[in-house]
Amino acid sequence: MFSFCADPKSLEGIAWFACYLTSGKHLYFYVSIGTVLLLLAITVPVALAFGFAGAMAARSHFAPLSILGRIYISAVRGVPDIIFFLFVPIALDQAFEWVRHKTKCPDWTEPIRRGADFVVCPQAKLPLSSSPQWVHETYGFFLAVLAFAIVFGAFSANVLYGAMQAIPKAQTETAEAYGMTRRQVFRRIVVPQMWVYALPGLSNLWMILVKATPLLFLLGIEDIVYWAKQLGGSKRSIESEYPHGDWRLAYFLVLLVFYLGMTKLSEGVFGRLYRRLSHGQATMAGEEQRRGRA
Amino acid sequence: MTCGETFAQYALRSIGIGEKLLPMADFTLCQQFVLIGSGLIWNLYFGILSLAAGFFLANALALAKATGSPWLRRPAEGFIFVFRGSPLFIQFFLAYFLFLAMKQANPVFAPLTMAWLGALITLTLNTAAYAAEIFYGALRAVPRGDIEAADAYGLSGWSRFRRVLWPTMMRLAWPAYTNEAIFLFHATTLVFFSGFAVLQQKGDALYYAAYFADKTFNPFVAYPIVALYFILLTLAVIGVFGAIGRRLNRHLPKTTRPRFRYGPQYFR
Repeated sequence: MFSFCADPKSLEGIAWFACYLTSGKHLYFYVSIGTVLLLLAITVPVALAFGFAGAMAARSHFAPLSILGRIYISAVRGVPDIIFFLFVPIALDQAFEWVRHKTKCPDWTEPIRRGADFVVCPQAKLPLSSSPQWVHETYGFFLAVLAFAIVFGAFSANVLYGAMQAIPKAQTETAEAYGMTRRQVFRRIVVPQMWVYALPGLSNLWMILVKATPLLFLLGIEDIVYWAKQLGGSKRSIESEYPHGDWRLAYFLVLLVFYLGMTKLSEGVFGRLYRRLSHGQATMAGEEQRRGRA
Repeated sequence: MTCGETFAQYALRSIGIGEKLLPMADFTLCQQFVLIGSGLIWNLYFGILSLAAGFFLANALALAKATGSPWLRRPAEGFIFVFRGSPLFIQFFLAYFLFLAMKQANPVFAPLTMAWLGALITLTLNTAAYAAEIFYGALRAVPRGDIEAADAYGLSGWSRFRRVLWPTMMRLAWPAYTNEAIFLFHATTLVFFSGFAVLQQKGDALYYAAYFADKTFNPFVAYPIVALYFILLTLAVIGVFGAIGRRLNRHLPKTTRPRFRYGPQYFR
């Protein structure tokens, strides 16, 4: 990184640390923080979309759709936590490969499940064994995002469903009296107002989601936990240009501070968001704002 | 080999009683059920002991947070923020490496790096922080009327707390605390990933499930078995805590009792 880093053995003190912290492997560590933030950035909208669809399905007057929505919400919420994460990516992976196997190699006669093994034809493998490393990594990341989105989609479906029910009945009835259809009532009255009721639940979910990100490590993604373990482990001078003792404690302290910072920041942002959404709402907080100004 | 023999061999395997050698091939459903159930003993051990120890610590923390003195309040608030604001997974790793460093400084601390003690301490501190926040909220929610009535009876200080404030606080906190207990039991599965050492394959439920999933390349049997066991465990916790809750509320009319609602709080 810096020009004086050419010979690390001659360095001491601050210069050594400056070179050590900007070495190639450390850049991976910083990138992996980006991976976590990327996961959050992708998962949040996808999970909200899943949640919205689930909540709408559960509210539907068409019975099969309503039952499907309710099953999705309660099945995911009822299964113990990380077991779901160990299970879903493998199950999804096998499901994708099975579908591709059926469409791409219809003449393949041998069974897919051979005792303990799961064998599909080479063309159906995901990703293809010939594809470069980054495709494998991206595919793993994609499965992780999907697993997160399914689980948090069910949680947010539950929150959004409750928020839709919490809109005062008088408002929807008034809208109907004005001649709006069910769809119009949903779009013009329910959706714009439901967020203030959903926000406490959603902010809680966000906190849980942030704290769930170290589970990426369990899914085999090279995330911050992986790099903290790798970089912190003691290195002898033949293994690394920067030999040091066991610094994993320090690295995990950094991770702890990172997560505490995320929590503190989120609390602040959600507090402001709640004040803004409460503006003009028929809730205690909205009423207080009105009185405060009057 | 019948299922009964398998049960005799492996039912207490996780605490070192019975057959030493784990099954290597031709796994039967019975073996998976028995061994994973045997591992559940450790999950029960972690859950019950950390709940019991955490309960007392949580009460102390909640009271400290509720006092006026900043010398007590600030540390309690800090403790609760650190343990509730960061992932349990990171806390496990941090605690493990901390205990490892202590062990290197002095071999007296060697047991701390073992799961039975190190993970137990971490879980206790974690549940204490979550429960303290629940108890603190309940303490703030004690009705004014109760306190005024206590004052009218001439109760003050410790006796007012012990006879009026604390029982009401417990009553109000109990439904939320039931959820905390359920998810503490679920969180015990994280011990498997935490790095804390397990001697002679005396592992928890997930340890054996991962063993079977690894050997058979088939996660569709072992993990659902764990899930099933945990659903039963959850029902048992709801049963026990429900009974305690009913006893706490036995003087109240049925309609005004605080009700338990299952509210998942995954990923601590």
